[in-house]
Amino acid sequence: MWALRFSRYIRGAPLGGGSHWAGLSLGSRFTQAASGRSDSRQEAAGDPRQRGLVYQNPTWQHVEQRPLPQKKVTVEVLDHLERLALVDFRDWEGVQRLEKAIQFADQLHAVNTEGVEPMDSVLEDRCLYLREDNITEGTCTEELLRNARETVEEYFIAPPGNIPLPKLEGRDTFLQVSE
Amino acid sequence: MLRVSLREISAALKEGQVTPTELCQRCLSFIKATKFLNAYITIAEETALKQAEESEERYRRGQILGDLDGIPVAVKDNFNTAGIETTCASNMLKGYIPPYNATVVQKLLDQGAVLLGKTNLDEFAMGSGSTDGIFGPVRNPWSYSRQYRDKCVQNSHPEKEDSNWLITGGSSGGSAAAVSSFTCFAALGSDTGGSTRNPAAHCGVVGLKPTYGLISRHGLIPLVNSMDVPGILTRCVDDAAIVLGVLAGHDPKDSTTVQDPFKSFELTCFTDASKLCIGIPKEYHAPGLSSETLALWSKAADLFENAGAKVIEVSLPHTRYSVVCYHVLCTSEVASNMARFDGLEYGHRSSMDKSTEVMYAATRREGFNDVVRGRILSGNYFLLKQNYENYFIKAQKVRRLIAKDFVNVFHSGIDVLLTPTTLSDTIPYVEFIKEDNRTRSAQDDIFTQAANMAGLPAITVPTALSEKGLPVGLQFIGRAFQEQQLLTVAKWFEKQVKFPMIQLQGIMDHGHTVSHHQKSAFFS
Repeated sequence: MWALRFSRYIRGAPLGGGSHWAGLSLGSRFTQAASGRSDSRQEAAGDPRQRGLVYQNPTWQHVEQRPLPQKKVTVEVLDHLERLALVDFRDWEGVQRLEKAIQFADQLHAVNTEGVEPMDSVLEDRCLYLREDNITEGTCTEELLRNARETVEEYFIAPPGNIPLPKLEGRDTFLQVSE
Repeated sequence: MLRVSLREISAALKEGQVTPTELCQRCLSFIKATKFLNAYITIAEETALKQAEESEERYRRGQILGDLDGIPVAVKDNFNTAGIETTCASNMLKGYIPPYNATVVQKLLDQGAVLLGKTNLDEFAMGSGSTDGIFGPVRNPWSYSRQYRDKCVQNSHPEKEDSNWLITGGSSGGSAAAVSSFTCFAALGSDTGGSTRNPAAHCGVVGLKPTYGLISRHGLIPLVNSMDVPGILTRCVDDAAIVLGVLAGHDPKDSTTVQDPFKSFELTCFTDASKLCIGIPKEYHAPGLSSETLALWSKAADLFENAGAKVIEVSLPHTRYSVVCYHVLCTSEVASNMARFDGLEYGHRSSMDKSTEVMYAATRREGFNDVVRGRILSGNYFLLKQNYENYFIKAQKVRRLIAKDFVNVFHSGIDVLLTPTTLSDTIPYVEFIKEDNRTRSAQDDIFTQAANMAGLPAITVPTALSEKGLPVGLQFIGRAFQEQQLLTVAKWFEKQVKFPMIQLQGIMDHGHTVSHHQKSAFFS
């Protein structure tokens, strides 16, 4: 197996375009393998471990993802999410996307995190510094207002607030259909 | 001429062998010639020429600002650039012109760099193919290379001109394509899960992800606040070090940058490898790794061993959970970060205005594509009260385990880890779109993701061409804030492997006819 693998590299120029690795003595190591002479590496071909080199076979496999229990993603949850995120699912594909995402994330439960603290940031053992509360720049009202679609004088215009999104029945969402 | 490295062109500019305006014009015409790659969203022709003229004046007076003075660069379209449209390849920000420059952009401009334009990406940098933006997918320049085309003929694959082109990888695909196709000398990308290193490996260029906290994120439209970093794409490791030297350092406007003073360094070539200890993480032989990449990885390990370095197998046991953990944390942070897009202050605004909530919902419905909406909804799911502990907190705990894996490995004497960057060489677009964005990201981020989890610096170096004639890169992961060591090792490796230059048939000839008329001694 080992011999086969590396004899390919002697035959052609598989690393293409005339590239070659100057520092590497291709000759001795690989021609030995190609010529079929047994050495410790060839014998080790059955054993995936190689001293200092990479494993010849994948060291883990993807886990078969379990299907979601039926009660997890109900229409109530979907409606709740649409209201929270203010983004809609639009069609069944959107819902399936969420289900697949949850299935994928469920793999985390296989990890033992007993006694482990959650990590917010990789810089957690350093102090974050805040600037002094002094005004160093500003007076850019015009520039900032320029990017908004609807403004009047120095105000951004917003539609009336404190009006919650209509309930499922009153909204234009595909989730109604699924009810 | 456009094929030389940043250092070489800088020297040429200093010696007066070429002027900044000439260089800028050549790059601009080359961008036009490579328009079919769709690497650029916005080309800032006027401002670029103006910057080039100012640079030329500085050269004339002998008062240049630094090594980057007059050098054309490109920036990914999720960095804010004053006066230049910044879209993140999304309808939400189409037509948005920021009033300020991102700190990294400002630093480049302060050094005199010439900003050619904004490059294409996946919408809001979500994806691993640079295929999901509203301006269309980016094509890999290697699709048009002689190396690839010749192999296609050899393998009797009829090369249909316009339908079988290859993806660049993502999400900084535009930046990678821009550097790879010689339209600029360096480009900025962003790296959250491998978004700089993935396209760099697929396009045969160097992609550097610095340590989290080294380079300012002020002005980078955020995806995942705890993992985003600006990334650097260049044609060689030396150039990456030059750009890093300009960009790194504390920024008072970004409180997540560290206060430690950063000293820019010049890369030396080490001659004695015996003090070096390279780690080969065994879990990085993941399912799906192509035999070619595996062979190259083995060869690289051999290379270091033959040079006298210690090459040891190590274990990062939680590697397989890295992508799942990323998936949860990313979607959660995205759900939070995307909340800022409501149409009131900037960006797209819907005409529905019965109430703020209706307006926000409609704006976001119209502005975001499926991928972004999917991630926002998933993120919100994981952050629901009933799920918070089981998903979000759990993922944060797993993140600590992953980060600790790396700490343990580096404590045991390893200097640098050597791993593959991608599962295989790049694939045609028609193949790529068979699976959805999330699946592809989960597959493609597998080697690059963990470095973002742990905040460590990583660099991908183009290593060799595959049997199809396409670039394959290998990744080095270093200790936090030890970019100098990481880049020194990477530079040595780059020198050993002598990766071949891309041969863009037809287009390069056009470029040459243009330059021929100008009789430059350096380039004759």
